[in-house]
Amino acid sequence: MSIWEYANPVKFMRTSGAILPWVVAGAAVCTVTGLIWGFLTPEDFRQGSTVKIVFLHVPAAMMAINIWVMMLVASLIWLIRRHHVSALAAKASAPIGAVMTLIGLITGAVWGQPMWGTWWEWDPRLTSFLILLLFYIGYIALWSAIDDPDSAADLTAVLCLVGSVFALLSRYAVFFWNQGLHQGASLSVQPGERMSAVYRYPLYLTMLGFGLLFLSLLLIRTRTEIRKRRLAALQAREMRA
Amino acid sequence: MIALLRRDLSLAVRAGGGFGLGVAFFLILCTLVPFGVGPDTSALQPIAPGILWLGALLACLLSLDRVFALDYEDGSLDLLATSPLPLEGAVAVKALAHWVTTGLPLILAAPLFGILLHLPPAAILPLLASLALGTPALSMLGAFGAAVTVGLRRGGLLLSLLVLPLYIPTLIFGTEMIRRGQEGGDMGPPLLFLAGITAGVLAVIPFAAAAALRVNLR
Repeated sequence: MSIWEYANPVKFMRTSGAILPWVVAGAAVCTVTGLIWGFLTPEDFRQGSTVKIVFLHVPAAMMAINIWVMMLVASLIWLIRRHHVSALAAKASAPIGAVMTLIGLITGAVWGQPMWGTWWEWDPRLTSFLILLLFYIGYIALWSAIDDPDSAADLTAVLCLVGSVFALLSRYAVFFWNQGLHQGASLSVQPGERMSAVYRYPLYLTMLGFGLLFLSLLLIRTRTEIRKRRLAALQAREMRA
Repeated sequence: MIALLRRDLSLAVRAGGGFGLGVAFFLILCTLVPFGVGPDTSALQPIAPGILWLGALLACLLSLDRVFALDYEDGSLDLLATSPLPLEGAVAVKALAHWVTTGLPLILAAPLFGILLHLPPAAILPLLASLALGTPALSMLGAFGAAVTVGLRRGGLLLSLLVLPLYIPTLIFGTEMIRRGQEGGDMGPPLLFLAGITAGVLAVIPFAAAAALRVNLR
């Protein structure tokens, strides 16, 4: 029994089909209770009710970065061991990551307007998120531009590797270019700096919920990709017959 | 490798305007900017470093689709891939030829364009140094983008979509260096970052570009 067995699409379909309802249910429960709990938290003494957008903003932003990392790992697995499910998972997760980045940017703009008095600021964190969105768009565009699925997987994997290095580089280059007004880490381990427990626990719950949400979307989309691939293979066989 | 370089260079010269085109584009851009933002020194001077670097970047981008596309169409790229020269070396030579035909003329012409945009004399040397350090990275990253998109119909637009985000760090450090030169600040850190990016790109990207080419030639 090893994890590589799941590279077999049949096995992947069976296992993912079995756990999918549980993941979806977990995502729904965590996200909904987390968001409602977050909505019912008391108003912050400085930020008022706008603080509640944190329960959407932070999990989405966290997932936006994590999904890119996951795509990087999946691309590496594809390049090294050529597991098709891995390439398809990377393909399936890119649009989800792009949407998460967009949610992060939009909720950030909605939050920034009352707090900083501006919708957009060329601040390092905001700018690097915008750059991340550009990388997602380029990645998705490359996938859709190439017809042959194996070549597409190879080229996007290489692009993902190079893009990761430059996304990271841009992130620190941007610090050099402009110091902004975004706050530091919200969940520091230092007790004095972190948010109070009232906000922290619902935030943990929504983060877990967003993670599960991503997992369920990823499984659904990967299953769709596998079925599409199977359909194409069947059609090709039909044509030859 | 030297034969390949000479072939590429003579092709660029004979195909008409390979050398001049980037510089002409740069000149037109620098002429258009004052119409857009107004001819005042106070308006032009602060944005001159950015305009000069953006011009270099766009001029580089315009000529990128020629790096591999012609050789791909007439089949000489397949010959290159099967020749004893490693494909990584061929990519490096191609990028070098691209740099000689677009980057080098830009560097030589840049002081003139700096004067057009009212760049103070103190910033001319940083301008030259930043372009000399940064444009090889632009050519090499562009060669990677060209290698990824070589087999595609209408790859040009996709090429810019893929390559421009990769140019961001180079652009930031390049303009930062000129700006600091203009204001008399410490130019060391951006210079080192720029040199580091270029060295890293030159070391690593040929392998990525060659991998992409192998996929496209399959």
